[in-house]
Amino acid sequence: MSVLVFIETSEGKAKKSSLEALCYAKALGGSVTAIVLGPADANSLQDLGKYGASKVLHAADAKLEQGIIQAYATVITKAMVDENTDVLVLANSSLATPVAAKVAIKTGASFASNVTELPDITSGFKVKRSIYTGKAFCWQELKNAKKVIAIKKNAAEVIENSGSAMVTPYVVQLSDADFNTTILSSEKATGDVLLPEAEIVVSGGRGMKGPEHWGMLEELAKTLGAATGCSKPVSDMHWRPHHEHVGQTGVKVAPQLYIAVGISGAIQHLAGVNSSKCIVVINKDPEAPFFKAADYGIVGDAFDVVPKLTAALKAAL
Amino acid sequence: MKILVCISHVPDTTSKINFIDNNTRFDANGVQFIIGPYDDYALARAIELKEANPGTTVTVLNVGPADTEPTIRKALAIGADDAIRVNTEPTDSFFVASQIAEHAKGYDLILMGRESIDYNSGVVHAMVGDLLGLPSVSPVMKLDVDGTKVKMTREIEGGKEQVEANLPLVAGCQEPIAEWKIPNMRGIMSAKTKPLKVVEPVAVAASVVLSKFELPAPKGAVKMIAADAVADLVAKLKNEAKVI
Repeated sequence: MSVLVFIETSEGKAKKSSLEALCYAKALGGSVTAIVLGPADANSLQDLGKYGASKVLHAADAKLEQGIIQAYATVITKAMVDENTDVLVLANSSLATPVAAKVAIKTGASFASNVTELPDITSGFKVKRSIYTGKAFCWQELKNAKKVIAIKKNAAEVIENSGSAMVTPYVVQLSDADFNTTILSSEKATGDVLLPEAEIVVSGGRGMKGPEHWGMLEELAKTLGAATGCSKPVSDMHWRPHHEHVGQTGVKVAPQLYIAVGISGAIQHLAGVNSSKCIVVINKDPEAPFFKAADYGIVGDAFDVVPKLTAALKAAL
Repeated sequence: MKILVCISHVPDTTSKINFIDNNTRFDANGVQFIIGPYDDYALARAIELKEANPGTTVTVLNVGPADTEPTIRKALAIGADDAIRVNTEPTDSFFVASQIAEHAKGYDLILMGRESIDYNSGVVHAMVGDLLGLPSVSPVMKLDVDGTKVKMTREIEGGKEQVEANLPLVAGCQEPIAEWKIPNMRGIMSAKTKPLKVVEPVAVAASVVLSKFELPAPKGAVKMIAADAVADLVAKLKNEAKVI
């Protein structure tokens, strides 16, 4: 089996989610080629060998610095043909998922997104997907000879070994039609931990009583190296930016640890956090439904518990 | 301007999900079906554009069997002019995108939600764009049409970007692109007589076949910790859950 992995970069380095995709591909067996688009750090390219790639195609074209979906789809489609790829693997993201969908159409591949574990290949090629916003899963058979798999966070463990990769420049002729959208500008929270990728998330709800009280949650998040999130009412009231809204119609997170402070736990919020490994709920209402979905719970006033918790963590970590 | 809004017919966000027939079929018993919440944002923005630009028409399209018609009528009650129902089960993204592409030619703006909340693939807009050779942008939080240019704000991980493209265009929408609209009595009455065309699907070879559903493993009981014993929580997170 020949597997191609699209590696997404951030500031020239492979994103952790893409390393998961690479390790997923390695676990599938067969030969693994990685493809990186736009300017990238040379060492970072070389290091992809440690995660299972035997070959790295680098399309360094400066026009690919911005994630233009159509252009990315053209390059990856060409690579699938050149490499005689059976399976394309990538990590779900706002860039990779639409690219994957387009590549699937252009190559006549079966497509699945939000895949949560390795396929079952005992009869056919069946993948397990998260559906109903994390409330259920389904197994689907990918019938076509070519397959495109977009994996969800934590579908594979990142394992480093001593492998090395051959890095090859990769050139694809692009036309104006490949740049059918123009990115005028982008603003991204830099330096902070990004919410969709965070291993620990600290979220606040209406129980925080106002945006002016977020300092204590940020302090707790900083202590843990966590990202901050919030419930829908909090983002609706503009206490926090929309991209921090965790839930059914917001960001779905899958961290190791999710700490919810002053969030009652409506089913729509739970839909965004049910892939978390461990959930801690702090709420002054002992009847808050969130406690039923939690691993650990504290009934108490956030304004009292959170600073104490931050202090205890500072002492312990 | 001609706008097409594609809507999904999905279980209400508060629904408990269950399966029947040896985990091969969704249990619709007692489930309330709604217009997909993201599709509802797309519809609301389409109606706003119609109100602001005289001569604009809004058509809604749903790929689904006859029992989705109350959902389609609700979209008409909200303000769409007419509707198309492609009479078939929406089996997978490529199948649905192929059906939409068949009817989407000639529209200037093809809007839908960023994803349906049942299968969550979030790719139908990209696939429709590809099938029709049109630009597709998602998830769009703001969309303004200026002549033939469309200016959009697209959400990306941890931020957003400003994107521009020409009509015709496909966009997957999400909040806060517009406020959800609630049908008024006049809308509900007029929806009953608005045209709803039923068409048969085009043949598409199944590339993905569902084999079975599965529910997540049940969660163990919550361990409660006293508010004055936060050190105990820290110890448990470290030694028991091993997450810090």
